[in-house]
Amino acid sequence: MNSTLYSLVGLAAGVAFILALKGLSHPKTARRGNLIGAFGATVATLSVFLYVTPSGDGSESHSLPIHNLGWILGAIAVGLIIGVPAARKVEMTQMPQLVALFNGVGGGAAALVAIVEYLNLGDSATTAEVIFTVFTVVVGCVSFSGSIITFMKLQELMTTRPVVFPGGRFVIAATLAAVLGVSVWVVTALGTTPLLVLAVISLLFGVLFVLPVGGADVPIVISLLNAFTGLTVAASGYVLSSTLLIIAGTLVGASGTILTRLMAEAMGRSLFGTLFGAFTAKPQAATGTTEERPVRSGSPDDVAILLNYARRVVIVPGFGLAVAQAQHTVRELADLMLSKGIDVAYGIHPVAGRMPGHMNVLLAEANVPYDQLAEMDEVNPTFGQTDVAIVIGANDVVNPAAQTSPGCPIYGMPILEVNHAANIIFLKRSMRPGFAGIENELLYDPKTMLLFGDAKASLTKVVSALKAL
Amino acid sequence: MDAIAVISIFTLAVFVGFEVVSKVSSTLHTPLMSGANAIHGVILVGAIIVADHSKNNLELGLSLAAIVLATINMVGGFVVTDRMLEMFKPKKGDQK
Repeated sequence: MNSTLYSLVGLAAGVAFILALKGLSHPKTARRGNLIGAFGATVATLSVFLYVTPSGDGSESHSLPIHNLGWILGAIAVGLIIGVPAARKVEMTQMPQLVALFNGVGGGAAALVAIVEYLNLGDSATTAEVIFTVFTVVVGCVSFSGSIITFMKLQELMTTRPVVFPGGRFVIAATLAAVLGVSVWVVTALGTTPLLVLAVISLLFGVLFVLPVGGADVPIVISLLNAFTGLTVAASGYVLSSTLLIIAGTLVGASGTILTRLMAEAMGRSLFGTLFGAFTAKPQAATGTTEERPVRSGSPDDVAILLNYARRVVIVPGFGLAVAQAQHTVRELADLMLSKGIDVAYGIHPVAGRMPGHMNVLLAEANVPYDQLAEMDEVNPTFGQTDVAIVIGANDVVNPAAQTSPGCPIYGMPILEVNHAANIIFLKRSMRPGFAGIENELLYDPKTMLLFGDAKASLTKVVSALKAL
Repeated sequence: MDAIAVISIFTLAVFVGFEVVSKVSSTLHTPLMSGANAIHGVILVGAIIVADHSKNNLELGLSLAAIVLATINMVGGFVVTDRMLEMFKPKKGDQK
């Protein structure tokens, strides 16, 4: 393959990526878009085996096959053996953290590529190349370690609350200053040691950067780190003289930035508040005081009776529903109510689950008809005419504190206004607050009935009680 | 690489990236992020190039590690995105 053909293949792959992102933006074309992207990536990967990229220092350009071919194929095989089963087998509930992990390893790969090319270029690297290398190493390492922390938060291997320690912001500022200082050191002094030091403090900075982010905001950070990784890929494309990498990386960086903003908007958060909110937030009473207050808890039979005489019921599914694997049972309940002539809709909050759109994926898995899923803007005006709102394993997305108490971490987030419904039923495992760690006043409302227990077990009991009526 | 060419490519790609995703419903945020995530797995191309350039075992070892990570990112990313989107499909079949 000659260099012109190689470049054209790269261009074609770049176009494929644009079409992929375009396709992914519309429900009808989304799946095809993803396949086009996969096709472009495959073609681009095959093309590097057929063309020898001249070494950056211009020293040699050898003939095919490329060096270390056996090793390269072996490493790809290892990657396939790890990546494909992980992607195939992951429970849909755990998918967000897998995406975070995939993003992290991508950032790690970009950092490694930059380090190797730097070692390889040695003294022949131009200043511009060194600057781009430094950028790739810093941002790639931040993306890698940051994504590992988001993974641990979502997997609940560590607390989902913001982690803040005294003087935390000074430690972060000092680390950032160290990153910048060492970056300058690498650019001026050149050498392997400074670069490795830079990699290590960048990894540390990634950890510190994500630790203060609260659980509910983690998806926004994943999206931001995703955009970061894109930019590192673009920067390494400059060092490797690969137009394809520049195009692909920039596309992901740009679209990822927009997507991060859209997600933050859907959650009513500013990006700045997400990243630094834990430092500026006033300590608030709601999280600290867990005084005993009376709640009204009911039995599955009480719930069934309430539902039996309702005309309109709105189901608000949350992550707890997915954890309990209760999607199928909730559909059974909905079908039963429909057969009794009760009007049923699902109110889907944009960020229900752990990521925007996550709940739609989970309910789709249970074959819930698409026309029963109502988006927040559609369903909110109807709560006034709703007899019963059933909140299953959700909490933060219906918490009126988001509208009423400024200063609470989710203040400003649009919510499903179930508080306007005539009756509210909460299916909960315990009185534990939601993912964001905020107390929900609605639980103590006199028109609220709580049904404690595993969502799936409770729903099964409600279904049989309702059948018996 | 020619600086002007690089800046041109970069600038145009930024605008295209902004444009293509500016209107997307929240339902698709997760698959779109996952798909974009898979696309940057194309760093695999870069990892293979540096593996070819490697002059010693350290360089080769690091680039092989990069290849493993990049492959996981790229292939895993596309597979998991496809799985998410697969679930949107049967519903449409029902409606039509």
